[in-house]
Amino acid sequence: MGYAEDEPRSAQESWGYDRAIIDYIHRAAAHGLYEIRGLGAKRKLPHFDDLLFLAASLSRYPLEGYRERCETKTVLGTRHAKKPIELAIPITIAGMSFGSLSARVKEALGRAATEVGTSTTTGDGGMTAEERRSSKTLVYQCLPSRYGFNPDDVRKADAIEIVIGQGAKPGGGGMLLGQKINPRVARMRILPEGVDQRSACRHPDWTGPDDLVMKIQELREITDWEKPIYVKIGATRTFNDVKLAAIAGADVIVVDGMQGGTAATQTVFIEHVGVPTLAALRGAVEALEDLKLRGTVQLVVSGGIRTGADVAKALAMGADAVSIGQGMLMALGCNSDTYMQNGELHSALSDYGKLGTAPGYCHHCHTGGCPVGITTQDEVLEQRLDPAVAARRVKNYLKTLTMELTTIARACGKQNVHHLEREDLVALTVESAAMAGVPLAGTDWIPGRER
Amino acid sequence: MAQVTFDLARQPLRELNQYLHQRAGERDLHVRVLNPDGAHSIAAGVDAAMDIDIEGHAGYYAGGMNQHARLTVHGNAGPGVAENMMSGRMHVKGFASVAAGASGNGGLLVIDGDASLRCGISMKGIDIVVAGSVGDFAAFMAQAGVLVVGGDAGDALGDSIYEAVIYVRGRIKSLGADAHEEDMTPRDYEVLGALLDSAGHRYDPRHFRRVASMRTLYHWNADANQEY
Repeated sequence: MGYAEDEPRSAQESWGYDRAIIDYIHRAAAHGLYEIRGLGAKRKLPHFDDLLFLAASLSRYPLEGYRERCETKTVLGTRHAKKPIELAIPITIAGMSFGSLSARVKEALGRAATEVGTSTTTGDGGMTAEERRSSKTLVYQCLPSRYGFNPDDVRKADAIEIVIGQGAKPGGGGMLLGQKINPRVARMRILPEGVDQRSACRHPDWTGPDDLVMKIQELREITDWEKPIYVKIGATRTFNDVKLAAIAGADVIVVDGMQGGTAATQTVFIEHVGVPTLAALRGAVEALEDLKLRGTVQLVVSGGIRTGADVAKALAMGADAVSIGQGMLMALGCNSDTYMQNGELHSALSDYGKLGTAPGYCHHCHTGGCPVGITTQDEVLEQRLDPAVAARRVKNYLKTLTMELTTIARACGKQNVHHLEREDLVALTVESAAMAGVPLAGTDWIPGRER
Repeated sequence: MAQVTFDLARQPLRELNQYLHQRAGERDLHVRVLNPDGAHSIAAGVDAAMDIDIEGHAGYYAGGMNQHARLTVHGNAGPGVAENMMSGRMHVKGFASVAAGASGNGGLLVIDGDASLRCGISMKGIDIVVAGSVGDFAAFMAQAGVLVVGGDAGDALGDSIYEAVIYVRGRIKSLGADAHEEDMTPRDYEVLGALLDSAGHRYDPRHFRRVASMRTLYHWNADANQEY
C-alpha cells in the first residue's frame, strides 16, 4: 500500500467522523452558534442529472436541429386572471430580495429578463423602482414579513406570488444580517439600521388553507381580478400542499425543491429539511393530475435548475416553466475569481481570502462582503457589478439554456418544448426512477409502482 | 357630499369594489354598504379619502390595504381587518377577529370591543386603539406604530417586538420574548392621550403601562439559547 510522503502512516479517516464533521464539532464547541450561510444544499442528492432523454429513432421522428421551429412561448395564470403572463421562454428568474442583492443586481436581472421576454420576481424587502423600471414582466412577492409590501406596488405588478415557503428552508423565515441593513434597506423594511433581521415564517393575516382561499380572493379583489396569483411552496409534503394551494384558488403554483438557494439560512436547515426537486416535481404534477387541474393551474418548478437539460427534464416531467435563482447569480459572476469594473478585469481573490473562502466554494452571501459585488449593500463592493455588463451575461445564460432546451426538444421530435413528456425520460438510478416516476433505463421498472 | 348605496344582498361584492377602485383619489363621497352579512374583502384596496359605512358584520380583510378612506364597520369584523392599511381610518364598532391591523403601515384602526389573537402582528407604523382586550400574541414582531389596549392583554404580548410601542391599561397575562415594561414618560402620556382622543375613548392615560422592546434580540448572540 502506497502512502504519500507527508501522509501519516496510521491515517484512516472515519466515515462517521470525517474531517468535515470534526470541523463542525470544533466550530460548534468554539462558538456555541450554528452556522448561517447562503446558496443551497451542497450534499449530493438525486437530481435531474440522474435522468436521460430517449430521443427520436425509428419509433419517433426528430426535427432538424437548427432550423425547424420549436415553440418556447409560455403562458402562466390562465385560470382566473384577466391578464395572464405571456413569456417568450419557459425560464423565469426567481424571487431574490433587494437587501440580499444590491439594487444594481435587481436592475440587471430585470433588464436581462426583459430582453429575452421572461419575468423576474421581487423578494423579501419589497419592489425597487430600478427593478420595476427595468422589468417588463415583474412578479411581486407577498411574503410573511410583508416588508415593503404596499398596494401601490401591488397595482404596478404583473402578477402576485404568495410565498408560503422556500426550498432551502421550508418552514423557516428569512434572515438578513445587520451588515446588509443599510439605510435604504432599513427604510424599505421599516427596521432599525444594522439590526440582524429575522423574517416571519408565518403569514400575519392567515394561517391555513381555508384562510388562503380568502387571502387569494382579497388580492384578486384589490387587483380587480386582472393579475395572476401564484402560490410558492417549499418542497416537503408536496402532493398535499399543491392540492391545497390549487383548491385555494391559485392560478400558478411554484414548487421550490431543497436544492433551492437562500441569501442566509442555518446550514442545518439547508442540508436537512425538505425534499429534492426531482421528488417534489413528480408529487406536484400528480397532485394536479389528481385534481384534473393539470394545464388549468400552471406549475413552475425551481431548486437547482442549472442547465438547458435540467429545464428540458423539468418540462418533460410536467412543469410548465422553471424558475432560477442561484444560476442567475453565477451568470452574474458569483464565485468567479474576477470582476469587471470600468471596463477592466480585476482579481477578487484577496477578497475571497478575507472571507475565508475561495472562488468555487464561496457561500458567504450572508456576510454582505460579496467579492464580486452581487450579494452586498456595500457602496464600494456593489460598484463591482455593472448592470449593463451583468444584464448581458444573464441574457447570454438564458439564451444558452433556451438553445439547449430546444435542441433536446427537437431531438425528441417536439415542435413545442411543452410537448416534452415523461415518456421521453428514463432514470439512471433506482432512487431517481422512484422519485421522478420514470422507468430505470433499459427496463420498464418504476420502483414503487405496479407494473 | 354625494352618497351612493350598495346592497350586497342584491349586488355582487365585485361591483362594489370595482366602483370604489374606479374612484381612486376622489373626495366628498359617502358610500354605504348594506347587508354585508360577513362578506370578505369589503372595500379592500380603496385609494380615496371617502367615507364608507359598512352597515353590519364584515368578513375577512375588510378595508384591506386601505389608503386614505375613512371606514366604519357597524358590527363585528372578521380576520385581518385593515390588514396592511397604509393611511386613513378604520373604526370597528363591535369586536374584531384575529390579526386586526396586521402589518399595517399607517392610519388609525379603532376597535370598540375586544380583538382576538395577533392584533397588530407585524405592524409597521399603523396606530391601533382597542377599547377592550386583546388575545394572545398581540403585536408579534411589531416593527413600528402604537398599540393601545384599554382592557387586558393575553399571552406573549409583544413577542419579538422591534420599535413599536404598546400601552396597556389592564392586566398582561405574559410578555413575549424581548418585550418588557418601561416607565411612562411625558412623551408617552402625550402620544397616548392624543390617540385616545382620536379614537373617542375616555380612558385616563395615567392608568396605562408601556411595553416595548428590550432590544436584546437585535443581534445574534450565543447566550440567547432557544431565542434563535
